[in-house]
Amino acid sequence: MIILKANLKYNVCWFIVMAAAFYLVNILVMVGIIDSFIENMLVTIWINVILATGLNLIIGFAGQFSLGHAGFMAIGAYAAAIITQQVDTVGGFYLSLVVGVIIAIIAAVIVGIPTLRLKGDYLAIATMGAAEIIRIIINNLKITNGPAGMFNIPQFATWPFVYITMCVTTIVVVNFINSRGGRIIMSVRDDEIAAESMGINTTRWKLAAFVLGAATAAIAGGLHASYLQTIAPNDFGIMESISILIIVVLGGVGSITGSVVAAVVLGVLDTILQDFGTLRMVIYAVALILIMVFKPSGLLGTWEFSIRRLFASLKRRKV
Amino acid sequence: MQTFFQQVINGLSLGSIYALLALGYTMVYGIIKLINFAHGDIYMLGAFWGYYVINVWHFNFIAALLSAMVICGLSGVIIEYFAYRPLRHSPRITALITAIGVSFFLENGMAYLFGSNARDFPQIVKQVNYNIGGVRISNIQIQILATACILMLLLQLIIRYTKMGRAMRAVSVDNDAAQLVGINPNLTISFTFALGSALAGAAGVMIGLYYNSIDPLMGMTPGIKAFVAAVVGGIGSVPGASLGGFLIGLLETLVQSVGLSAYKDAVVYVVLIVILLILPTGIFGKNVKEKV
Repeated sequence: MIILKANLKYNVCWFIVMAAAFYLVNILVMVGIIDSFIENMLVTIWINVILATGLNLIIGFAGQFSLGHAGFMAIGAYAAAIITQQVDTVGGFYLSLVVGVIIAIIAAVIVGIPTLRLKGDYLAIATMGAAEIIRIIINNLKITNGPAGMFNIPQFATWPFVYITMCVTTIVVVNFINSRGGRIIMSVRDDEIAAESMGINTTRWKLAAFVLGAATAAIAGGLHASYLQTIAPNDFGIMESISILIIVVLGGVGSITGSVVAAVVLGVLDTILQDFGTLRMVIYAVALILIMVFKPSGLLGTWEFSIRRLFASLKRRKV
Repeated sequence: MQTFFQQVINGLSLGSIYALLALGYTMVYGIIKLINFAHGDIYMLGAFWGYYVINVWHFNFIAALLSAMVICGLSGVIIEYFAYRPLRHSPRITALITAIGVSFFLENGMAYLFGSNARDFPQIVKQVNYNIGGVRISNIQIQILATACILMLLLQLIIRYTKMGRAMRAVSVDNDAAQLVGINPNLTISFTFALGSALAGAAGVMIGLYYNSIDPLMGMTPGIKAFVAAVVGGIGSVPGASLGGFLIGLLETLVQSVGLSAYKDAVVYVVLIVILLILPTGIFGKNVKEKV
């Protein structure tokens, strides 16, 4: 709670901004400007924001190159699907999210303790392997209905719920980054040996970031399952991990604002390109290559939008 | 016992394909530290080129193989020039995303131009099965194994004894020092891409012959498997990539033969993780100690 108190003023400001955005969307839905098509786009963007901020925490702030985000997302999604099909109430849905998060945390600890000793690309390939193992296990279990996947999942994740969850997870992640823990993981990222010589248990903090990222991915997975109502193991393959990675890198590794912006840009781009059929992915690929070649550090680099800085510059201008 | 040897033969055939692909990954990684995600799609290009020339120009196996190697080598150089060269000094993760972009581009470009349905690869080599002590081996399998071994041997000779091979090794050890002694790194890197992509092209034609079916997305899974093979062997090491490829191929077929085919990929990844935990840089990888 100390963390929250220190940044209370800014958190309140963010809360006001988020509430205003919520009412804006609400009014647009009621007026009818946002139809179900746009609502679908918005919810996808919001779920991608949760996924991307979680992965950005692991890659951009803890410096651990993980390619296994979709595996934890799958755990959350299947937890939500299985539990809500048995307990078809809102309470059951909340319970399923909690269960998904707990299983994802356990899985992240099991995966993380051995693999986080690896570095760089070796870690990436090991986490990718771990996520694939999770997917293949789901693919072969009875309770998950095998490769066919699950359908008719009750829809409890309406857009306001997804929006609020996105706000909460983002606030938690950002506050973690701005806390002592966040500074520790960034020191581990910048120089692991130096951090270790300052008495930091680097393994524990790398694991902490990894577990927090995995937990948010599980939440996103639960929302995904409940909103779309159908899931299959192949939705959570390597390509899903890669598309989350694309959002993170496109926005700028180490910039939460960038992840949000990139999720919005890609979501809108995807919706616009829907009319192009097969050509859609070709255009998407070319856009991706061009952005990377001309803006290698991502759209925003490591720049972060901060209400604190905004206040400071306003104050300076007044004086 | 017979089934075991049978599976070993099948595993070696599949493994030689993985090994050829893994060599491309490992060479490119060794020289510019890039995971070339588009490598599996070069292999797909090779298979499609083979399909085209055999059907339209009636090439025989050798001609199709060699022309696919040339075409794929060329496309590797072009991809390197336009997509990777501008990013030589950017963060590595950016180059990785660009490689993924190139991979999407090739897959979907081919699907757009030629349709995404699978097609039969023309069987130019008539399949003949030999029976050696109860173990069945087809001439196609022998051909694949022999071609792969010859190509790997040739590659080893090029890397060991030619001027360009020496330049490749020099650039992969220290790019700046290599420039000081008069090596053109751009040319060397292009050459590396050409070599790696040519091997992938050869693998593409051979897999077409072996599995008899090709489609624009065929490169994705073998590409990732081959990368796993390269990592298992110690990425950056040429003999490691060959060994890793054969190892993964054997493992996959053996797991499949004991009736766990649903878990064959999972077993591959478990082995990968276990090997990385025991040998964090793979079987032949160099362990670089960090100095403070």
